[in-house]
Order: sequence, then C-alpha cells, then structure tokens
Amino acid sequence: MSEYTVINSRAVRVDTPDKATGKAVFIDDMTMPGMLYGALLQSPLAHARIVSIDTSKARNLPGVKSVVTAAEAGLVKYGVSPARYDETLFCHEKVRYVGDDIAAVAAVDMETALKAVSLIEVEYEELPAVFTIEEAMKAGAPVLHDNYPGNICAEVHSEFGNVEEALADCDLIKTTTFQNKRQDAAFIEPQGCIASYDLSGNLTLYSSTQVPHYVQRTVAMVLKLPVGKVRVVKPYVGAGFGIKASANPLELSACLLSMKTGKPVKMNYNREQVFQYGRARHQFTHTMTTGVKKDGTIMALKHLCYLDGGAYSSFGIATVYYAGSLLGGPYKLPNMKYDGYRIYNNKPACGAMRGHGGVAARACWEQQLDMIAEELKISPIELRLKNMMVAGDVTCNDLNMSSLGMKECIEAVKDGSEWTAKKGKLPKGKGIGMACGFFVSGAGYPIYRSDTFHGTVIVKLTEDGGTALVYTASAEIGQGSDTTFAMIAAEALGIRLEDVRLESGDTDFGVDLGAYSSRQTLMTGHAVKEAAEDARRQVLEVLAKELNVPVENMDIKNSLIEFKQGNVDFTGLRTRYSKEHRGWNDNPADGPLTFREASRIAYLSKGSIVGTGKYKPPELGGKYKGATVGTSPAYGCSAQIAEVTVDEETGQITVDRITDAHDCGLAINVTSVEGQMEGSVSMGLGEALFEEVKFDKKGHVINADLAEYKIPTMLDMPQIKTIIVESNEPNGPFGAKEVGEGAIMPTIPAILNAVYDAIGVRIHELPMTPERVYLAIQEAKKGKTG
Amino acid sequence: MKKLINLTINDQHYEVAVEPNQTLVDLLRYQLGLTGTKKGCEMGDCGSCTVILDGKAVNSCLVLALQADGRSIQTIEGLETGEGLHPVQEAFVEKGAIQCGFCSSGMILSAKNLLDQKSNPSEIEIRRALAGNLCRCTGYQKIIEAVKSVPQAN
Repeated sequence: MSEYTVINSRAVRVDTPDKATGKAVFIDDMTMPGMLYGALLQSPLAHARIVSIDTSKARNLPGVKSVVTAAEAGLVKYGVSPARYDETLFCHEKVRYVGDDIAAVAAVDMETALKAVSLIEVEYEELPAVFTIEEAMKAGAPVLHDNYPGNICAEVHSEFGNVEEALADCDLIKTTTFQNKRQDAAFIEPQGCIASYDLSGNLTLYSSTQVPHYVQRTVAMVLKLPVGKVRVVKPYVGAGFGIKASANPLELSACLLSMKTGKPVKMNYNREQVFQYGRARHQFTHTMTTGVKKDGTIMALKHLCYLDGGAYSSFGIATVYYAGSLLGGPYKLPNMKYDGYRIYNNKPACGAMRGHGGVAARACWEQQLDMIAEELKISPIELRLKNMMVAGDVTCNDLNMSSLGMKECIEAVKDGSEWTAKKGKLPKGKGIGMACGFFVSGAGYPIYRSDTFHGTVIVKLTEDGGTALVYTASAEIGQGSDTTFAMIAAEALGIRLEDVRLESGDTDFGVDLGAYSSRQTLMTGHAVKEAAEDARRQVLEVLAKELNVPVENMDIKNSLIEFKQGNVDFTGLRTRYSKEHRGWNDNPADGPLTFREASRIAYLSKGSIVGTGKYKPPELGGKYKGATVGTSPAYGCSAQIAEVTVDEETGQITVDRITDAHDCGLAINVTSVEGQMEGSVSMGLGEALFEEVKFDKKGHVINADLAEYKIPTMLDMPQIKTIIVESNEPNGPFGAKEVGEGAIMPTIPAILNAVYDAIGVRIHELPMTPERVYLAIQEAKKGKTG
Repeated sequence: MKKLINLTINDQHYEVAVEPNQTLVDLLRYQLGLTGTKKGCEMGDCGSCTVILDGKAVNSCLVLALQADGRSIQTIEGLETGEGLHPVQEAFVEKGAIQCGFCSSGMILSAKNLLDQKSNPSEIEIRRALAGNLCRCTGYQKIIEAVKSVPQAN
C-alpha cells in the first residue's frame, strides 16, 4: 500500500476527456479574425548558389499581403547549440538541401499563398552535392559550410582510463561494426503555428512545439525583438519525440510575416515537408572493440562513430557526444575511448529523437555483449549481471547512478518472460533475446550556457478557497506531464487531484526548458512540489496564528485539515467562512476543517496565496570537454526480452512478445509510465524492422509519406508485458525519475539478439527487412558450405 | 464553381456550398468547424481523419465533399450523448489509451464502427479493424485493452 494519497496510483489523465471527444484544441484547429495563410518556397536542388531572387510577380498577385526573403529577414544565425549556429531564416547565398527555405508568403488564403510561391523566380547555379559520409569526406569534396572544411561538423575525442593498456590484458577482444538508418519521428500531427503581432509590438506565437522557452528566445534573437515582447503558447501537441524541440523556419517565418502585415499568420508543414525538414534520428555507423576477461569482466571499450548529419548542425553537437557518453553505464567499464565525427552533407539535417544519440550505440554494444557471452559460454543474463553497476556507482565518464534498479529489471524480465524455460529450448526459427539500457533524467545543463533555473512554477490558491491553480511553462506533448504535475501538486499540498487545475505550455507562466531529454518529471516536478509546499506552508501559518496551534501539529490530507493533537476548536473560522457564503447550500457544517475554508481564511489574512517553486540541478559531472552531455541528476534504466519468429524462407521477422521492465524511480502515474514504456517499444520495433528515410540521387526524400515510410501498425505490435521497477531516486521529487526515452534503449538489441537466437545469423545493419535478413541467411549458408 | 450539397452530420442536416476539389475533411474542419476530425497526412495513410460514412469507417481526406451529398456522417463530436461520454470514449479515457490524442478521434470512430458491426471482437479482429489508424505514442497496447473493455450489449 502506497504511503501517498494521490501519486503512485493510476490516475485518469486530466487531458483525455477533451481528447476523446475532439474538444482538445491543436494548432490547426485554431483560427483568428483576419488570419492570413503562409507558405514557404523551398529549394528544389540539394546544393546550389542563389544567383537572384525575383519576387515581383508574387507580390503583385491579388490577395498576397507579404513576401519575405533573406533581404527582409536579415542574417542572424541561429540553430540549437549557440557555438554552432549555422542557419539563417532564409538562404541568402546558397541552398544546402532539397527543402532549404528561400522565401515565405502570406496571403488571404492557402491557394493564393501557394500560387504566389510558384511565382517567385529564383535563378540557381547548381553545385556538386554530397549525400553520404564517404562522399562528403573525400579529398576535394564540395564544402557545405566554408568554416567547416572537410564537411566535419563536429568531432569528439575522449578517453577515460587507458584503453590500449587494458585491451592488452584482455582474454577476448571483439570488434563489430553496426549501422542504423535515418529515422523519421512520424508523429501524427505535422508541425504548425500561428503568429500574431499586435499594435503594441507584442508578438504571440501559438505553436506545436515541445519547447516554448527555447522557441521564445530564438524568435526574439532572430527577429531582433526584446524577449519580453515575445510570448510562446503551446496548444495541445500531437507528439514531438525530439523533432519539435527547437525553433523551426515555420515559426520564424510566421512571426516575420505577422510583423510585416499586422495580421495573424498561420503556417503548417504538410507530411512531405515534415520528412523534408527532418531533424530526426541520425544514421550512425558504430565500430566497437570490447575487451573482456575470461570470466566475463568487461575491461575496455574502444568506440568509433560516424554520424550522417545532413546540411545543418541542429542538435547534432549534443548527438555526437551522447553517442559516446551513454555507453559509460550501466555496466562497470573502467576504460573507454571514443572518437565521434558528425559529417555535413546535402540532405536534411538530423537532430534529436527519443533516446537521443544512444539508441544505435546501445544496439551495437548489447549485440556485441551477447556475442562475447556466447564465446565465453556464459549466459547473456549472467554476463550482464556480473558487470552491472549498483546504486551509487559512478561511471568512468563521471555519470552518477544515484539510483539504479538494473538488477531488479533483469530479474523481472527473466521471470516475466519465462526466460529459463525458453532460452536454448525453442524450435528453429524461434528466438529469445535480451538487452539493457539507461538514459538521462534531464540534461544537466541548458542548451545555451546559463545559470537559469530549468523550471519555475507558480501555485496560486483561488481567493474563494478550495482550488489550487498550477502555472507551469512545461510542455504536455502527449506524455502525460500535465497530469503528473497536477498529481504532484495535489500530493504536496495535501488536496485531492480534482481540486487542482493546471495550465501549462505558456512562456508567460515562467521558465521551463520543455519536453526533451526526459527532464520534466524530475525537474519540473521538483519545482511543482516546491511551489505547492510553499502554498501549503502559507495556509498552515495563517491557521497556526488563528487557532494558536503550531504548524507542525497540523497536516493537510484529502483536502481536509488534520490536527495531530487534541481537539482544536475551529468553529470561529467555520462561522466566518459560512457568513461569507450565505445562500450557498454546501457550506461545511460538521466534520473536519476543510482546505476550502482554510485557504479562504488564509486569503482573508494575507491576500492572494501564491506559492513559488524552482529547480536547477546541482553542479554535475566531470570537468573534461563535453562533460555536460550525458550528465544528469538521475538515470532511468531498463531491461527487455524479445521473442521472435523468423521465416527463414522469406526473411520475415515477427516479434511475438516483449517483456519490458523499467526503473522510473517512484511512478507518479502508473498508467502513464506504462504508456511511455509501450510507446518506446513500438518506436524501437519500427526502427529495428521497418523504418528508413530514403533518398534519390538528387537528394529528394523518396518515401516522404506514411505509406512508404512504414511505422508499426496495430498488426505489427506484439503483446507487451510491462513491469515497473521502483527505486527511490534521491534526486527526484518523491523519488521519481525518467521513463520517456530510457525505455527505448533495449528494444532494438533485444530483437537483434532474439533474431540471432532464432536463425544463428547476426545482422549488423538496420532495418531488418525481409530482404536483408534473407540475404544474411544465404550469406551465412555460403560461408558454411564454401 | 461551388455546388450545393445536402448531408447529415451527427443527425443534423446541413446544406453547404462546396468546391469540386474540396475534401470531406476540409469541409468538416474548415467550413463547419468540426475540428475534432484531424488531418495528419491528406493521403489516406494515417487514419486520423476517420469518420463514419453511412455505417462505414472512411478516411475523410480521401472522400470529396461532393461524394458526401445525400449521405450521413458521424464524427467524433457526434459520439457524446446527453448522458456523457460514449462507452468507447469512456474506455479510452479509463484505460489510458490516449496520449497525444491526435489519432484518438479516428481511432475511437474505427473502434466504435467495429463494435457496431461485431460484438465481442477477438483481439486479431480488433487489430485488423484498427490497423489503418496509426498511433506513434501508445504502441497500441492500451488501445486494444480499451476496445476489449467496452461493455457489450449481449
């Protein structure tokens, strides 16, 4: 039985009745009086010099209100990491990928806007383009950005311990190379926004974003407005998975067009543009060399990685660091060397996506660990348990596992899947495999260097008493954060969930860095808890004075005031409350003093009761270059077991069952934790089996739709058995930490290991399409007979 | 050149002028303000624009408004009754089958349409009937649980 009254339960989400009835408002559901429609002119060429742009015909088209290019937008550089701002709102000298933005139009309707776009005349001088890492790194290759010769966007070199020395002492050394493919997030709601600039010079941007705060700053910086004049509001968002975690050209264009016209301007991407904009998972090529002792003790990892970056940096600087740093755990690894390169080329930029930077690396390594276990004749589970860290361990790259229910997760999936009865006993064509993983519970540092709080929260009690209003700038994007924070506020205040009303996703409510790096439950959660406790304290302090009872002798639970000692006479307060509510027929008459009465009395004494909360992580991590990426106040972790059937005649893989255990610290809303686990598995399964963004020779995405880019449907998904393992995270609010991204980490390698168990062939390239699996089987047969 | 059509939406009669190339989803969303029907791909791939047209779940982005002339349509706004949520909506809310919610309108209508035609469907029948509705958040597990949990008339 939980010691809590609200959290650590299955709560019905506060947003879902509206979402089930079609009442929830998403960005494209909004209209405004006098609203104009915007459209973008995007480059048809992958690499070209812009010789001239003539917008005169477009401007003269009836119904067109504004046409903007780099001449109007200016050339302020922006991006994600301030050290690598390499984009301007519109291209001015050259275009770098098919879809690069050249101009935007605002018109009275979409048809006119699109017509105007087609009337803009651009003269290009086509340049030779590069589309692969190999082409981009070849001597004499065309350069995308003059200040990055060799098309090297970023490189990382780090070593902890001494890898060569350690490898020299190892009994078994294994090297494998692994490659995933560029993925698309395939959220169902395309990006969209409405910008509205008013006569007082205030700009309000409504946007389908995960990060109102960062969008606010980028808009202000690029359009040269004071940050205080820019407000970003996030309506309900049809998911983001990382791609909506930075300002995009739609948002900036809509803002500029609204400033030019004085009218609200709406802009949307269509599905093709979603793919063309990209910013989702990179293609990673990992080469890993792992050294172990005879008994299976992992001694060293040497790791080389190339990231196919696309035309701009986006999140890529963090990605190339994460791809290395997230192998520091969860196994004890004393020596680790990493060389990572992110390479520019003439495709859409890649960015951050669920499990940022760590997913392919984890897949490569966890498969390699299985290969090592097999050679050493140790079971995969035993090898992992042998090397597993425990709570309090610190990785060689200074990540502190302040809580780590990893062993419990392994035991849970082992039992939950009946591993022992199945492993080694399944018929040919059927296989079982396992893997582990972990992830940050919030980036330890903001994206821009700053001493800012990562989250601030206001809890205001209604003046009439009884309801707590929570204001947070955090971003509900489908994961359930609004409900989580309402629950935390209710628990910390001591009131019922239905007595909390929460508003989120508005930069006017404060600072919150937003929904990325699995940060909100821990970071925003702390700020919510502190704000609610502050409000609670203020109410109890007034009561203490009024009733002459020390604060520590009172508590608030279930929206009632509890007195710990003796009978306290509060009839005076009750009478005061009732007198102010003559005519009401639901005034508390008998029974305990209610929060409704107490919070009204507090207001009468002090004015509005406003509690404030804030959170900033303590100083974390090491002092080496790049130490900020991967460091976090806490780490979630998980283990999964996949069971598969492989048709050896066709190479078709069916995933029959997934057993998934995740340590999320204390689960605030159990249903939402399971939802994140199940959603993560489906995204991992898609990446493992189906998903690849493909290009033609000219750099066009050839499967820019949800028919040819295949994400799992209901027929592709197996039964998932979810098991929540609850550790008590000392750095989390009520002991809570992440689940949103860590849960994807083991999925791909668990499937890879199960496929090997089924057919005895290792696959080192994703997605595992029937063709790829079939050819691998044939290749293996040839090897055996030849 | 606009043309007048007559249609019934959620038991209410409408007479509207539509363009020959206008889709049903655009008519519902932008002309009639029924924004509960979502638009995710405009190509019939994602299912978020699903409505029930004369007893059949269809992608309203693949239906021309003109084709809806004389026909009867149910959208997500028509499911709720005076007594509150429809049992399918209730099940989705209770079971945590909704995350971002963008696919939910279409998913709920596909589920409702299945249950209208077949009581107590098996799990594979549910999976087949809803396979045209994509969801990227839930992994579908709680959606299936929700559909299974809807109280059946028999």
